[in-house]
Amino acid sequence: MKARIEIRLKPGVLDPEAAAIERALRQLGFAGLKGVARAKVIEVELEARGPEEAEAELRAMCERLLANPVIETYAIALLR
Amino acid sequence: MRAAVVTFPGSNCDRDLRVAMESVFGVPVRALWHGERDLPKLDLVALPGGFSYGDYLRAGAIAARSPIMAEIVRFARRGGLVLGICNGFQILTEAGLLPGALVRNRGLRFLCRTVDLEVTTTASPFTAAYGEVRHIRLPIAHHDGNYVIDQDGLARLEGEGQIAFRYRDNPNGSTAAIAGVLNRERNVLGLMPHPERAADPRLGNTDGVPLFRSLLEAVHGAGS
Amino acid sequence: MNAPPITDELIAAHGLSAEEYRRIRELLGRTPTIEELGVFAVMWSEHCSYKSSKRHLRKLPTEAPWVVCGPGENAGVVRVGAGKVAVFKMESHNHPSFIEPYQGAATGVGGILRDVFTMGARPVALLDALRFGDPSHPRTRYLLNGVVAGIAGYGNCVGVPTVGGETGFHPAYDRNILVNVMCVGLADEERVFYARAAGVGNPLLYVGAKTGRDGIHGATMASASFGADAEVQRPTVQVGDPFTEKLLLEACLELMARDVVVAVQDMGAAGITSSSLEMAARGGLGVVLDLDAVPLRETGMSAYEILLSESQERMLMVLKAGCEAEAKAVFAKWELDCAVIGRLTDDGRLRAYHRGRLVADLPIAPLTEEAPVYARPATPPKPPLPFRPDPEALSIDPDAALLRLLASPELASKRWIFEQYDHQVMADTVRGPGGDAAVVRIHGTDRGLALTTDCTPVYCAADPRTGGRQAVAEAYRNLCAVGARPLAITNCLNFASPERPEVMGQFEAAVEGMAEACRALRFPVVSGNVSFYNETEGRGILPTPQIGGLGVLEDLELRVDLALGEEGLVLLLLGESRGWLGQSLFQQMLLGREEGAPPPVDLAAEARHGAFVRELAKDRLLCACHDLSRGGLAVAAAEMCLAGGRGARLEAPPPHLAPAAWWFGEDQGRYLLAVRPEEAEAVEVRARELGIAIARVGRSGGDALILEPAPPISLQRLEQAYESWLPAYAEEPQGGLEDQRDAHGGPGA
Repeated sequence: MKARIEIRLKPGVLDPEAAAIERALRQLGFAGLKGVARAKVIEVELEARGPEEAEAELRAMCERLLANPVIETYAIALLR
Repeated sequence: MRAAVVTFPGSNCDRDLRVAMESVFGVPVRALWHGERDLPKLDLVALPGGFSYGDYLRAGAIAARSPIMAEIVRFARRGGLVLGICNGFQILTEAGLLPGALVRNRGLRFLCRTVDLEVTTTASPFTAAYGEVRHIRLPIAHHDGNYVIDQDGLARLEGEGQIAFRYRDNPNGSTAAIAGVLNRERNVLGLMPHPERAADPRLGNTDGVPLFRSLLEAVHGAGS
Repeated sequence: MNAPPITDELIAAHGLSAEEYRRIRELLGRTPTIEELGVFAVMWSEHCSYKSSKRHLRKLPTEAPWVVCGPGENAGVVRVGAGKVAVFKMESHNHPSFIEPYQGAATGVGGILRDVFTMGARPVALLDALRFGDPSHPRTRYLLNGVVAGIAGYGNCVGVPTVGGETGFHPAYDRNILVNVMCVGLADEERVFYARAAGVGNPLLYVGAKTGRDGIHGATMASASFGADAEVQRPTVQVGDPFTEKLLLEACLELMARDVVVAVQDMGAAGITSSSLEMAARGGLGVVLDLDAVPLRETGMSAYEILLSESQERMLMVLKAGCEAEAKAVFAKWELDCAVIGRLTDDGRLRAYHRGRLVADLPIAPLTEEAPVYARPATPPKPPLPFRPDPEALSIDPDAALLRLLASPELASKRWIFEQYDHQVMADTVRGPGGDAAVVRIHGTDRGLALTTDCTPVYCAADPRTGGRQAVAEAYRNLCAVGARPLAITNCLNFASPERPEVMGQFEAAVEGMAEACRALRFPVVSGNVSFYNETEGRGILPTPQIGGLGVLEDLELRVDLALGEEGLVLLLLGESRGWLGQSLFQQMLLGREEGAPPPVDLAAEARHGAFVRELAKDRLLCACHDLSRGGLAVAAAEMCLAGGRGARLEAPPPHLAPAAWWFGEDQGRYLLAVRPEEAEAVEVRARELGIAIARVGRSGGDALILEPAPPISLQRLEQAYESWLPAYAEEPQGGLEDQRDAHGGPGA
């Protein structure tokens, strides 16, 4: 089974890299730009008996290592 | 004083920290490998600076899940002294021993310079020996030293006097210019500046020495 | 063997000439396989074989009583006292850094680190000599940001302090930047390892990162000049992994401390091929390789790709037979891949098997020792025309001119760069960037290594021979200025295409000049590298024989700094001032010209002055000392004031010199000394006894620099001029993506 985990900073945590990208885009003249956010994507391949088990496993991965709950949130998408 | 410094794959200030601690403590400091599952009898465990696991995923994230960290968490919960410097600080926040997190510097660049700091509290086993000295200079060298914590967390840190050091000229965008924090029980300290690089007169700065002397006095005062 | 057809196109694509291919066929007595052709191509590339430079490099002196090992190994080795040796080398990573600045510079750092720790030395310092194009060139800002971040990303992570270097800008580097990295390590003299295979039957152990398709043909790329389509070559750029490098460093040093390793070689350019060949060649042995045993990162890799991959962070070791398990245990602890991929034989041949097929069977000696050597035609450089300025151009306001020079890209503070480098890790950095030479303590002792990189390319362009002498002399001077005894140099000789006679003429003359200086100053060359083909569409760089100098301070107590810290010190100018303005920075910045001959270098005076400064340091007579180089006296004084936060008053120029010539002349062999007033006379007397020119030129004090009779310049204004340019330039928005796209003609362009 394949899954896609998206990790992003919680709203309210300043992301200096996103801010820099936003500034650069503005400099390039994208006047309609409203905001920029960055996310990290981690693709995982795993064996599981079903989607529930897979999700539980993936959630554990996020909680225990992949995301830092102090500053980050995560979203899991099962691909197949 | 029974002290040890942990080496993670990618640590690079482990030797520097041992050398500085030995010069102040006057006794050998043990080197521990991250894969060890038992701690020897110790008064102090220190986590050094560097790039454990290349800072991959998040600075300190993978090291915080090393076998030895489970032991260190237990050691800290029992009241043992734990010091984390730079990457060690990042590991302590990732391991949940200290509140907050460390993210990329506001300027996005790695920054190596000597900065002015305020010793915010001397009521801790890490800072007591600073005494009346409130203004010190220590080197920093990091890419992810921007300390973030939410408003409630900050209020708690301030209320409990857990902020140990503040930058006088915030170089990395840290919340409330925080450079070092204590846990609530005051037996765990994490800081981004490098006291071990300021513990030798030959290098022109000894402002880091009182931190190690505080630890020595704390342990000896406790009768060990 | 089923060799695919070897066509003329294939031969040309491998960078081999028709004549070289004829010799290959002659040596083999048959048509080579594609794998063999690839092996010859890299081993006979300019980068690996030094075929155009060899004849000239022999002129450089390489010996001294303190030299343990000169050129020919991974790095040079010199004794530095207390039973220790310094192991050091400088290497270029120019072309890869132009194509992909972050990774190019990062892997440059990785490669030179491995050259040092393969010899059993722990790297203790890095220095970087960088040359970029005109700041106004659209790509310069992007390259500067990328290169600096790449060096920082790699060096900081591995935990070796970057303690010094230099950065220059000139339009001649617009399309060919230079990234030269120097690494210095320390070892116990009896624990140095060499890349000389020994012991028939001993296993070859592959260690480190897995092999992928990185940089295939990097070694040949590094020897070919760019066409306008340089970016098409992007896939051959390697990606660095400093974390693996750090593990490799620790694991190798841990293993080398035991008695199991016979020889080690970094898998640098040309990977498994060159590392196994070079070790076998040095030991007069053969080698058989099992390519199926090589740890691979990608699937479906061919024998050709495995042999020639330049994946980073890999090493090849010859172990003592029977020690495999011990070695594997150490690498397992450090979570590194390792595998026995071959054995030493006594037949003097390289044989490589892949899937049961013998894919290469080559005699080793011709590949390494009988590589072609060219006596390329050379046109001697034309002597430069004299610089004849209008007299009124030289009667300037020295204060305004000084501020202009301090804010010039050449001289402006490089703080923005060196603050991105961890220059303090290892806690032995006594003097980091910003001084004449960096000083690093020899761990656990009171001794120090003094380190510097030097070259003045505009001097070399005007007169390569004088430029070569000057580069060596300036390195010598920078070491003496901190009180160190100069021991030896490494170098990176960066030039345009050797196939152009005028470039070969520059090269020959520069090497001759270097050789003269090295001999006169007893400052031998112990390692180095040559980088040719630094040109794009026929436009070459300035000849840049970059020197890395190493010296020793026997007692760190006796170190001298340039910082002017105290009030009332007497400033003494040591050495003769004739007001030389040919090729000076003053001329370049204020008159917009690069004319005339560079300042002559009197090597006997250089040696005498250096020895005298070292004596004064030893007798603790120097409160501060700084060598005079670009920008002359006024700039040297300003730098001393800024470093110490103390002003100074300098007396008016002597009547026989124009103000510009006195303040900004670049006569060589000079130092500005600060001594206590009660000791000034004794110093002057000692100088005169030795026939050394010395003059009182001013005093320290106050919070401004005064160049009489001009009005005072506050330290604040000096600092503003000196510190502002680089951060403002480097961080100017639109510096990154936009410019890169333009230069590449990316999508939509």
